[in-house]
Amino acid sequence: MMNLAFAFIAFLLLASAATAMALRNIIHSALLLVVSWFALAMFYLWAGAEFAAFAQVLIYAGAISMVVLFAVLLTQRTLGDFTLVSESRRRALAAVLAGAAVAAAIGYAVLHSSLAVASTPAPTVTVRELGEQLMGPQAAALLVVGAILTVALVGAVVIAAQPPKSDREGTR
Amino acid sequence: MTWTTDSYLEWAPLLLRDWVSGFFPTALRGVLNDLIAIIAILAVFGLLFAFLTLAERKILGRIQNRPGPNRTGPFGMLQPFADGIKMLTKEDIVPRAADQLLHFLAPVALVAFSLLTFAVIPYGRHLVPVDLDAGVLYFFAASASTELAVFMAGWASHNKYSLLAAMRALAQLISYELPLLLSIVPVVLAAGSLSPSGIVAAQGAWTLGVLPHWYVFTPWGFAGFVIFLISALAESNRSPFDLPEAESELVAGHLTEYSGFKYALFFMAEYFGMCALNGLGVTLFLGGWQAPCAGLDVIPSYVWFGAKLLGLLLGFIWIRATLPRLRMDQLMRFAWKFLVPLSLANLAVAAVWQLGAGWSEPLQLVRWAGAIAILATSFFLLGRKLSTGFGPRVYQYAPS
Repeated sequence: MMNLAFAFIAFLLLASAATAMALRNIIHSALLLVVSWFALAMFYLWAGAEFAAFAQVLIYAGAISMVVLFAVLLTQRTLGDFTLVSESRRRALAAVLAGAAVAAAIGYAVLHSSLAVASTPAPTVTVRELGEQLMGPQAAALLVVGAILTVALVGAVVIAAQPPKSDREGTR
Repeated sequence: MTWTTDSYLEWAPLLLRDWVSGFFPTALRGVLNDLIAIIAILAVFGLLFAFLTLAERKILGRIQNRPGPNRTGPFGMLQPFADGIKMLTKEDIVPRAADQLLHFLAPVALVAFSLLTFAVIPYGRHLVPVDLDAGVLYFFAASASTELAVFMAGWASHNKYSLLAAMRALAQLISYELPLLLSIVPVVLAAGSLSPSGIVAAQGAWTLGVLPHWYVFTPWGFAGFVIFLISALAESNRSPFDLPEAESELVAGHLTEYSGFKYALFFMAEYFGMCALNGLGVTLFLGGWQAPCAGLDVIPSYVWFGAKLLGLLLGFIWIRATLPRLRMDQLMRFAWKFLVPLSLANLAVAAVWQLGAGWSEPLQLVRWAGAIAILATSFFLLGRKLSTGFGPRVYQYAPS
């Protein structure tokens, strides 16, 4: 039962990601990417990490998906379907080779690492323990992440607050 | 929580459920109990949705000095069913250029995600459909996913006005999610739990038997509750924040290209979202299913929950009848320059408030006065700051 669920989740995750890559309609790709994020959240739930699963949905499916969709809509020249010009075969070949090389490197590292393979019962972590970890031993990392995000936010506001030159001179 | 301490009525819904599932083999009972809970939620909130639309029209009519629907059945009681039949028999029109699949999926996803939020709300002492450790987070994960459906509706319609309206709706939903979440953080901080039933349990006591320990009766809780209600109004697209679907000026925003029952599904999702958010508000700030005084425990807990929920919903209807709609720039300014800073100040006040839990009696007065003073000061400062420098409107992009 557990393995069946895992197989389903893995299939959904990989299939949606692969289809997202293959589709020509970029909005469909973005939405399929969201589906794969949901599948990832399902995987977290399957593994017993409730908090991570809900945080995944809240942040990725709720917020990052909006950033992706807005970015797609704002950068697109024309509304509606957006088709990529098919590039030369050499570039596609190079991309496949580079991807295969990365996959091979990661696969080699995973297979030859000394990670324990034995299936110990997964530890159940409550939200309280997670919070205590974040506020105690991992507080420095949390603060650094907070500072980086604040810098990013301030930078975004600075960029957004300056209207383009043509606007300032043109209409008023 | 045994038979002796609880009244029979407290257990009655569960006993009814067990009686029904008793007719089935033991192996199926676990699944069946979950199914019955789902059916009960669907039935109760489906009917609540139906009669809420009726109540809204009746109350709006009363406030505007007209009778409201009064022809179908006694007092117009059958109006929601007549509306349902009307919606079902209407033609379902899909624009030819529309993205057929997404156009169909958008209302389905919207209703599905807004129904998911009902799962974690504790409706009564023993009536918690799913008791999750991170229930509050689950609620927001599910309600944040509805934003995706709004985008899908706007984009799939292949209508530039629908798309623009969907972007506008998304901007509003994302902006108000921030104060909504920030107003809830103090509650989580105070209860030390992300589980809704844990938060309700943390509010379950009375001073002198009459003053309930609900979070709304603390300075930060009151401020947080007001911020929560305002953000909930905006999140559920209710007036005065109904810009996404401003029927009198925008046709219907991202719903323009929907007809028949798909259109009704959007409204269903809106009312479900409103009910769920208010249910969460009751859970977090108004003590959930707790009775207001010690003696009133006799009345079963789910009745208290229902009464509080209905009170909030009627308040929402009243607000709709009273306040005019905001302009888009006012809406954004209100969220980012007023609600977000105020809820951050509220969070700081709540953190300091927690430190003073063990103080002696005279210092408690200082605690109360300090918290109220900080909140009032930040309220007036932010309010003043907000209202200056915005006299005549400057049109940045239109030729003057």
